[in-house]
Amino acid sequence: MAFFLEVLIGGLLTGVLYSLVALGFVLIFKASGVFNFAQGAMVLMAGLALVQLFEPTYIGLWHFVGVGALSAAVVGLLVLRTVRGGTFAAAKGDWRIHLPKIVAVGAGLLGGVLALAGGAKGWPLWLAIPAAIAVMVAVAWVVERWVLRPLVNQEGIILFMATLGVTFFIDGFSQTLFGSNVYPLNIGLSKDPMFLLEGVFEGGILVNKLDISGGVIAGVLVAGLAVFFQKTRIGRALRAVADDHAAAQSVGIPLNWIWFIVWSVAGVVALVAAIVWGSKLGIQFSLTFLALKALPVLILGGFTSVPGAIVGGLLIGAGEKVAEVYFPVVTKFLTGTAMPGGVEYWFAYVLALLFLLFRPQGLFGERIIERV
Amino acid sequence: MDKITNRLAALALAGAIGLTGVAAPAFAQNEQFIPILSYRTGAYAPNGIPFANGMSDYYRLINNRDGGINGVKIAFEECETGYATDKGVECYERLKAKGPTGAAFFNPLSTGITFALTEKAPIDKIPIITMGYGRSESRNGAVFTWNFPLLGTYWTAANIAMQHIAKEMGGFDKLKGKKIALVFHDSPYGKEPIPMLTEMSKAHGFELVLLPVTHPGVEQKSQWLQIRQQRPDYTLLWGWGVMNSTSVKEAAAVNYPRDKMVGVWWSGAEPDVLPAGDQSTGYKALMLQHGSGKFPVHADITKHALGKDGSQSKPDDIDDVLYNRGMVNAMLGVEAIRTAQKRFGNKPLTGEQIRWGLENLDLSAARIKELGFEGALKPLKISCGDHEGTRSGRVHQWTGKEWKVISDWYEGDDKLLVPMVRDTSAKYAEEKKITARDCSKES
Amino acid sequence: MFYREAGQFKTSYGRDMAVFPIAQDRIAIGLIVAIAFLAVPFMATEYFLSSIMVPTLILALAAIGLNILVGYCGQVSLGSGAFMAIGAYAAYNFAIRVPELPLLVTILLGGVVSAMVGIAFGIPSLRIKGFYLAVATLAAQFFFDWLFLRVGWFTNYTPSGSVNAPQLNVFGWIVNTPTEKYLFVLGVVCVLAVLAKNLVRGHVGRQWMAIRDMDIAAEIIGIRPMYAKLTAFAVSSFFVGVAGSLWAFVHLGSWEPLAFNIDRSFQLLFAVIIGGLGSIAGCFMGAAFMWILPIFLDIALPPLGELVGWKMDKATVSHFGFMIFGALIVFFLIVEPHGLARLWSIMKEKLRLWPFPY
Repeated sequence: MAFFLEVLIGGLLTGVLYSLVALGFVLIFKASGVFNFAQGAMVLMAGLALVQLFEPTYIGLWHFVGVGALSAAVVGLLVLRTVRGGTFAAAKGDWRIHLPKIVAVGAGLLGGVLALAGGAKGWPLWLAIPAAIAVMVAVAWVVERWVLRPLVNQEGIILFMATLGVTFFIDGFSQTLFGSNVYPLNIGLSKDPMFLLEGVFEGGILVNKLDISGGVIAGVLVAGLAVFFQKTRIGRALRAVADDHAAAQSVGIPLNWIWFIVWSVAGVVALVAAIVWGSKLGIQFSLTFLALKALPVLILGGFTSVPGAIVGGLLIGAGEKVAEVYFPVVTKFLTGTAMPGGVEYWFAYVLALLFLLFRPQGLFGERIIERV
Repeated sequence: MDKITNRLAALALAGAIGLTGVAAPAFAQNEQFIPILSYRTGAYAPNGIPFANGMSDYYRLINNRDGGINGVKIAFEECETGYATDKGVECYERLKAKGPTGAAFFNPLSTGITFALTEKAPIDKIPIITMGYGRSESRNGAVFTWNFPLLGTYWTAANIAMQHIAKEMGGFDKLKGKKIALVFHDSPYGKEPIPMLTEMSKAHGFELVLLPVTHPGVEQKSQWLQIRQQRPDYTLLWGWGVMNSTSVKEAAAVNYPRDKMVGVWWSGAEPDVLPAGDQSTGYKALMLQHGSGKFPVHADITKHALGKDGSQSKPDDIDDVLYNRGMVNAMLGVEAIRTAQKRFGNKPLTGEQIRWGLENLDLSAARIKELGFEGALKPLKISCGDHEGTRSGRVHQWTGKEWKVISDWYEGDDKLLVPMVRDTSAKYAEEKKITARDCSKES
Repeated sequence: MFYREAGQFKTSYGRDMAVFPIAQDRIAIGLIVAIAFLAVPFMATEYFLSSIMVPTLILALAAIGLNILVGYCGQVSLGSGAFMAIGAYAAYNFAIRVPELPLLVTILLGGVVSAMVGIAFGIPSLRIKGFYLAVATLAAQFFFDWLFLRVGWFTNYTPSGSVNAPQLNVFGWIVNTPTEKYLFVLGVVCVLAVLAKNLVRGHVGRQWMAIRDMDIAAEIIGIRPMYAKLTAFAVSSFFVGVAGSLWAFVHLGSWEPLAFNIDRSFQLLFAVIIGGLGSIAGCFMGAAFMWILPIFLDIALPPLGELVGWKMDKATVSHFGFMIFGALIVFFLIVEPHGLARLWSIMKEKLRLWPFPY
């Protein structure tokens, strides 16, 4: 019994971590209908950027200055955008039309100088995290400007394949920039095991503190996203776009801007996933495989539902761990020979597939109504 | 208009890609071409990089210090396989005919690629060196004419690991009724030791618990929860790349003592323990003879190879386990060429000639000392019937800062190994309709 | 000027519906096939035949299979790698358990088994659509990866789990050298490509396309979606399965499930989309793009880097290869989402009018 609880709790906590990656998919799919396979690569990039800014072991001083300049420029632009209320309605010939460029260059120079002054010794966490976010925002901008905008109105499959292309690009780019080794990430999350209910069961129930912190972080993130979606102006605009982007555009919501925001938020989610997974595994290329773990979570929970991603993650995490541990036992009981393990490799997918047969739109997905 | 230009550009691009042939760089006539199959990208890069650095640096050393092997310069080229079999086969096809005499030999550095190349090597007449990996039955040179699993196969490794465990427990008789778990990479690589361990579990009466981990090995929670439940007395680790460090971390997460874990020699290097930090202290692993640290040849490496001709090694990293292993691997290849040169002359040799050199490779303790590998290697002698050469290994332990040798030399048990090699290679020969060579007639 | 159909009158329905209604096309295709069979084997190097042509042709065959499903029937599948694996392992098991069977039959049987499994995994498509279906097909991918890795029976209990192809004996002809392998693969691929072309032009193919364009409307005009979708899954899996057994037997010779992992599925889907959805010729172009471009980048980048005085190390070459490859994919999708086949037909349109602009 204690062992079963242990497996179940371990699975649930792993599931929360799957949800973290799945969340990024859901956000982008909701707002732009793009099935963004690059989410895994974004986790890698965010993680590499963070770890190299925080404890640089690979990048040289000039890389550092470059990243510093870039992030300062991004922050500068965002501040400008917020201050000016989201529009740049300046007439031609007015100097203010160049304001974004001026701000970007100025802030970039400032950031570069600051980074140079700090040297390549790494930044404190409170500076490294915003800088990594800035890097992800820059990625979002590039993707929106150079991939999504030219591909607007294409079929979903084309957009999906384009994000696969983006995946290749980000994989290559981030490893060129930040190195392809394993980089341990140590931001102070405890990794010790702890034991619950030692009085009830012999040996207690083992739970890893790191998994618990991961769960807490995921919870905070979801709450934050919920507030962002429900209470802020941009959040409402996002929901409008998700509902019907033609109608949203007709009431004056700038689609491109919204896409940019969504990809930036997905970048932030990727960074959070990278922090939690990176503390567990070290920042390294294998983080990109997480995308594959998130896919069954998506179909189970529905592509368009944030709570779906969480519930789907929990179901799949717990389900696959329990299946992995008990599959040989059960098959031995039923057929006399123990089937080989490794079931968790496909369990999530088959579970999701069977589930879809009864509810084709996933657990929380929007009902698809078709008319001729 | 813009659209059309774009389309034309796309078309031109497609055409250019279609038309471009392979530009072959010019080779000097007096060069021996050695290909390096490496992986500096992908999930296994952290382990692939030091190995590739060690190999290429040793070739640089030979070229810069000695002017080549008896005056024959080494031309070497890396090809990125990413640990993928199809890429490895493509690299093999691309490089096998390069240089004046074709590739000297291949080091596939992946069990999957080894299996694929084993089928191709006899046709192309190029030897395959699989130092410490590959097919265990390929030790039998009578059937596997072209395969050279130098220094040790996985069956040897499994045997040595069990010997060490038995010694720690106080003898093989103490193994009875004990439980040994094997956490392995679920691929041909990880499955190789299972026949040997099964055999030994029958002989010594211990229970073997098999826990496969799916590539690339970042998800191991359920395996380690099972270990926590079943409490094996020892756990063997047969992993590669990220799987190793994840195993160590998961072991810490379930409070499994790290000093009851014994890794294979591919699970006992710096990238395997460093990411886990303090949690890996006490973890043990086999040594493929050598360990980390410097031996005399490193002084020459620092002087003649580091920072020269595109060497990518950092001075701090040249005493890493995998860097040393790359160097040892390159050295054995070079010595095989030297052996072959004694018979065929000091000129670039073909794969077939070098195969003879490999089969007659005989490194005495004096020669090893002369080469600067003293303390890292035991003497080895290859023959037609034994393509492995030596079956010795030690165990080292991670202290938190460095690898420390904690055991004496163990010898693989030929009473077990020889019949297994004989049976399995006979089965292969029958499947492939190969007639085994008669080793007594080989010169 | 030369590419004109003036004067070619079609006097029967049969001729009007020929595969290549224009005489020049017939000649051109005939020439290409003739060159492929007669000239290439003698001119190309061993490397070119065994590492470029053979894999490209096999991937093209698999892409044709996938294109039938995705391009003609509109059902996105990310599980084609698994069906290649099924073909490969089924053929392997036939070969070792019934050694009397001729090789060609073994390979085709691999396709048949794959087709049957394809029908089973096609059933969800009756209820699930779009990306949900795409991700659901991944279930096949992961399930079969696991099955061939873990269940010993399929690999004849080889200790390592890696299996070897038997000797390639096609009715007494031992296929051994790269040239022979190339000719064998080329022959199989040509026959199957013609078959595919005629299938998609015929009665079944039209049903598939009707389902693709609007399934509900197709149902109303009397097409049974179940029949159409499941035949598409079966035919598609057959082609992919045959390609898989060729890949294993002829190209690799010795393989493990990792040879057919999810990267292979993505590679095939890319080949189909870059080549052109709903085009058989496009499959060949797409497969060539996907197979040759990375190799080309790997070989061409270092000399290109040296042109600007930059000595690239191997890792940088790889990373840059990835970046350029990714960027080119996005570029192609933006410039021509209908694929290389579409570019090809635009060129033909232009040629017809040349030298006049209109």
